[in-house]
Amino acid sequence: MKTDPAGVLTGAHYLDGDFAAGEGAMAAGCRFVAGYPITPSTEVVERIARRFPMMGGTFIQMEDELASMAAVVGASWTGTKSMTVTSGPGFSLMMENIGLAAMMETPCVVVNVQRGGPSTGLPTMTGQADMMQARWGSHGDYELIAMSPKSPQETFDLMIDAFNISEIYRVPVLFMMDECVGHMTEKVIIPPAEEIEIVARKLTDKKPGEYWPYELNGGDIPEFARAGDGYHFHSTGLTHDYRGYPEMSAECQWDCVGHLVNKIHNNVDDIVRFEEEEIEGADVVVLTYGITSRVARLGIEMARDKGIKVGSIRLIVVWPFPEKRIRELAGKIKGFVVPEINLGQMVLEVERCAAGQAPAIGVPHPGGGVHDPNAIVEAIVGAAK
Amino acid sequence: MSRKEIRITGFGGQGVVLSGHIIGRAYSIDAGNEATMIQSFGPEARGSACSTTLVLSEGEVLYPYLQELDALVAMSGDGYEKYKDDLNDDGILVYEKDLVKPTLKEGQPAYGITSTRIAEEIGRVIVQNIVMLGFFAAVTDLVTKEQWENAIKDSVPAGTEELNLKAFRAGWDYFDEHYDGGKPAGQETASIPAEKAD
Repeated sequence: MKTDPAGVLTGAHYLDGDFAAGEGAMAAGCRFVAGYPITPSTEVVERIARRFPMMGGTFIQMEDELASMAAVVGASWTGTKSMTVTSGPGFSLMMENIGLAAMMETPCVVVNVQRGGPSTGLPTMTGQADMMQARWGSHGDYELIAMSPKSPQETFDLMIDAFNISEIYRVPVLFMMDECVGHMTEKVIIPPAEEIEIVARKLTDKKPGEYWPYELNGGDIPEFARAGDGYHFHSTGLTHDYRGYPEMSAECQWDCVGHLVNKIHNNVDDIVRFEEEEIEGADVVVLTYGITSRVARLGIEMARDKGIKVGSIRLIVVWPFPEKRIRELAGKIKGFVVPEINLGQMVLEVERCAAGQAPAIGVPHPGGGVHDPNAIVEAIVGAAK
Repeated sequence: MSRKEIRITGFGGQGVVLSGHIIGRAYSIDAGNEATMIQSFGPEARGSACSTTLVLSEGEVLYPYLQELDALVAMSGDGYEKYKDDLNDDGILVYEKDLVKPTLKEGQPAYGITSTRIAEEIGRVIVQNIVMLGFFAAVTDLVTKEQWENAIKDSVPAGTEELNLKAFRAGWDYFDEHYDGGKPAGQETASIPAEKAD
């Protein structure tokens, strides 16, 4: 269906990534945001708080990040598209309730504008060191989806996809920005509302009394009934059966948690998204995401000037990881180079997927800035040997 | 594909970031190119050094950070001292004449304006940055005057458009009055020089 025009600021704008994230969420139909402001993500909620009254949205500045994430889960169960926004320290505090959202199969979006960590780290400076936390941060087994934009325009566009994909699979989508993209201002074209396709919450056709909240009926995703519509069902973070009632057994754990993992695994080819460039015949493939993709482009061009055949993969969806593609490429190239603004995270995933067929060479950076392109060139030269 | 790099520096509160925003908006949206602005996000309280950078390009800006600075706009002495050495030898210096006392490299194009005094004469010292912007616009000729004015109207708070346009024109006129034919005494060119592959 087409989105509600009330949330769409059609036109050409000069916006930073944080404002673009806010505009993207509103254009996607988000009408509930709860958050506890934190640098460098504050501008996202500033934008939303200012514009929400014009479209009937509700923004609540919460007492902390635990409550913010809890409020988002609750709001989403009313059928309202919901989001919270934070940075590293707040992301840590949200982890328990992100797990709750995954367990209750609650569509929602969590924006993390990454700064340098750990702890309070570098509040105003960039980092990409929450990538593994996005995958593994909450306890237990679950799968969710994470995305990483490279520019304000892509932030806007991808935010709409984030809400849509969250509705399709009923999972939290983690929107992993970085401070550079969040605080970078560029041209952002916002299309007319009639060109923005959104996925509405798929509500059950069943009548109250016939409906069970986690019944699959042969599909991958259970049907949704809104709280307040008279269905009187039970939903919980405890391991539950199709009725939503807790059941403490290994069999039910298989069904319940197996389903959380399988609904993503079974659809991984539809979910993964990446952009490739000059992969054919490349000796070295540089894998990047977020701001690092732009810095690496310069390093890649410098390496090409030295006569090295370099291709690149830019992850747009970072989780689930494009395992199949990496394995395929690993058999054909001399090595992967993975620059990232952390001391080695996604490079481990590349290494795992390459499974010894090609080395994965990390180009670490601790945060607080971006790579010197020469460091990327050096790694490419090393990998090409 | 040309790539041009600009840094604007001044005190926190002088409107450094708004100036950068208007340049970026004029060049990207009004003139149909690309412009990436990055503002410094340090502990810049009012009165301390503040800065913003822009990379302008006719096509996509790949690397959004400075490599070779083509133009430095200095609205404070501290800002000038901090960034003067980054400026290319043929890079343009545009500065607040009462607040910045530059030590110029030989042959370096430099253009000064008493933008604070002019803003005071207009009646609101707060528009000093827009006076400076008008002057910078006349010096560099990046986009047309109409495109600059559109970008200003779309960027300043509603109700202040006329005041800001007046400030912009005052800066623009200062250049015409004080620099003969677009050239400062003894200088060859007034255009941002670097033509680099992006």
